[in-house]
Amino acid sequence: MMRMIAFLLLFAAPLAAQEEIVLGLSQDAVAITADFDGSEILVFGAIRRESPMPDGQLGIIVTVAGPDTPIVVRRKARRLGIWVNVDDVKIDAAPSFYAVATSGPLSKVLRPSEDLHNRITIPQVVREVGTNVLDSRSFARALMRMRERDNLYQTLEGQVDLSRDTLFETHIAMPANLTEGFYVTRIFLTRDGNVVDTYVTTIPVKKVGMERWLYNLAHEQALLYGLLSLAIAISAGWLASAAFGLLRR
Amino acid sequence: MQIYLPIAEISVNLFLLLGLGGIVGILSGMFGVGGGFLLTPLLFFIGIPPAVAVATGATQIVASSVSGLLAHLKRRTVDLRMGTVLLIGGLIGAGLGILIFNYLRAMGQVDLLVTIFYVVFLGIIGTLMFFESLRAIRKSGRIPTRRKHNWIHNLPFKIKFRVSGLYISVIPPVMVGVFVGILSAIMGVGGGFIMVPAMIYLLGMPTKVVIGTSLFQIIFVTAFTTLLHATTNYTVDIVLAVFLLIGGVIGAQFGTRIGLKLKAEQLRILLALLVLAVCFKLGLDLLLQPAEVYSIAKGIAK
Repeated sequence: MMRMIAFLLLFAAPLAAQEEIVLGLSQDAVAITADFDGSEILVFGAIRRESPMPDGQLGIIVTVAGPDTPIVVRRKARRLGIWVNVDDVKIDAAPSFYAVATSGPLSKVLRPSEDLHNRITIPQVVREVGTNVLDSRSFARALMRMRERDNLYQTLEGQVDLSRDTLFETHIAMPANLTEGFYVTRIFLTRDGNVVDTYVTTIPVKKVGMERWLYNLAHEQALLYGLLSLAIAISAGWLASAAFGLLRR
Repeated sequence: MQIYLPIAEISVNLFLLLGLGGIVGILSGMFGVGGGFLLTPLLFFIGIPPAVAVATGATQIVASSVSGLLAHLKRRTVDLRMGTVLLIGGLIGAGLGILIFNYLRAMGQVDLLVTIFYVVFLGIIGTLMFFESLRAIRKSGRIPTRRKHNWIHNLPFKIKFRVSGLYISVIPPVMVGVFVGILSAIMGVGGGFIMVPAMIYLLGMPTKVVIGTSLFQIIFVTAFTTLLHATTNYTVDIVLAVFLLIGGVIGAQFGTRIGLKLKAEQLRILLALLVLAVCFKLGLDLLLQPAEVYSIAKGIAK
């Protein structure tokens, strides 16, 4: 089946050669520092054409995906009068961050079949597995709802500015609670909802400086980190009260 | 101003943390309690993951107890032998507590466990304290008598505790220590609010050595708890602990002064009401339907 889809795509290929994406990013890395309060990435680029512009509605879709982390979604229910986690569903393919920005309404710039194949919209990206719960899809929906509320999942329809059918740009705002890793940025060029060119690049998001050092130490040298924490805490407590004692005098 | 917490992996307002530490510091200065039982639930309320809140709460208690213990050591109001016996129990209890904590964490029930522990213990202590201080206000001046002889004196393995002037079995203090150790690991508290009454009424220790001796036990048990959480769960956030601490130490100085202006019974009633309020809020969260019945957890299901 996959092979057949690939074969069909090859046939559709002649269209693709006519238009190409050339891309730029406002920053090629995101650094999480002590005062990190989110970041905004400007994705901009141009469409290069060797021949006159083909017909059909032109569309640009930009997606930014954070690293996949295995997660568990739990649901509470009332047991013996109190609310307790009862069911859980493991979701093994859910990006920690996902934004999809388009140059027009999704229904105009992307066909459902292309969405299914390229996994562009959020429902296509989040998939649940390994479940003994009947309504597992509602867990995936709950995950999407919660992450949308935290701005971790964003659907930005019509937020890609496309000027003179050639230049495009969009801003993607990333919240403060980002997971470290490589953020895969994909740009799709569509004609009448069919993908004619794609461009993929990655943006590393990393804790730097003190934060990086502490995090690594806590996970790799846990005992040392624990002892260090105690030492810091004890001396900070002692210093602060000593300083206050001096001030009072 | 936002500050990124490297272990909790969230950004929190710096002044919120300092303020929170300050409030808990004022209360602990006023009432002479560690404040862990207030700090940990407050951390839940501002969105710190419970596992991080419990582990970091323990770290913060170590730090805020050190200066108190030093003062008591200077005044020689610490029964080191009793403290050591309590400590041995405490270390065993902390180990048990961490096992329970980690088991339930893997099952996704750790929030429930922590909340239930808080509701039960805050409820019992708050109610007892409330009625006790009401009674004290009515017939003020009556000091609770410590019982000299009870069933505790019939147990084997007796040891002489010279500073406390006691000759009793080591079994009750070890049991008290174990119990407090479990609470320390699960609730992220020092456990003074359980240990102090137990030392006075159950073991019959003189009041003047109770606080110093309990601080001695608390420091080592919470330090051990911190290490256990750090090595098994990686949930100790030192950045969070330091900011809470700075607020806490400053708050405690003001709290001590406010405390001097109020009467002991009034203070106890206020503390009882505060404990009951936190208990009520946590209990309500268990009973009412939550706004969101779903929750996300990192990691693998059982």
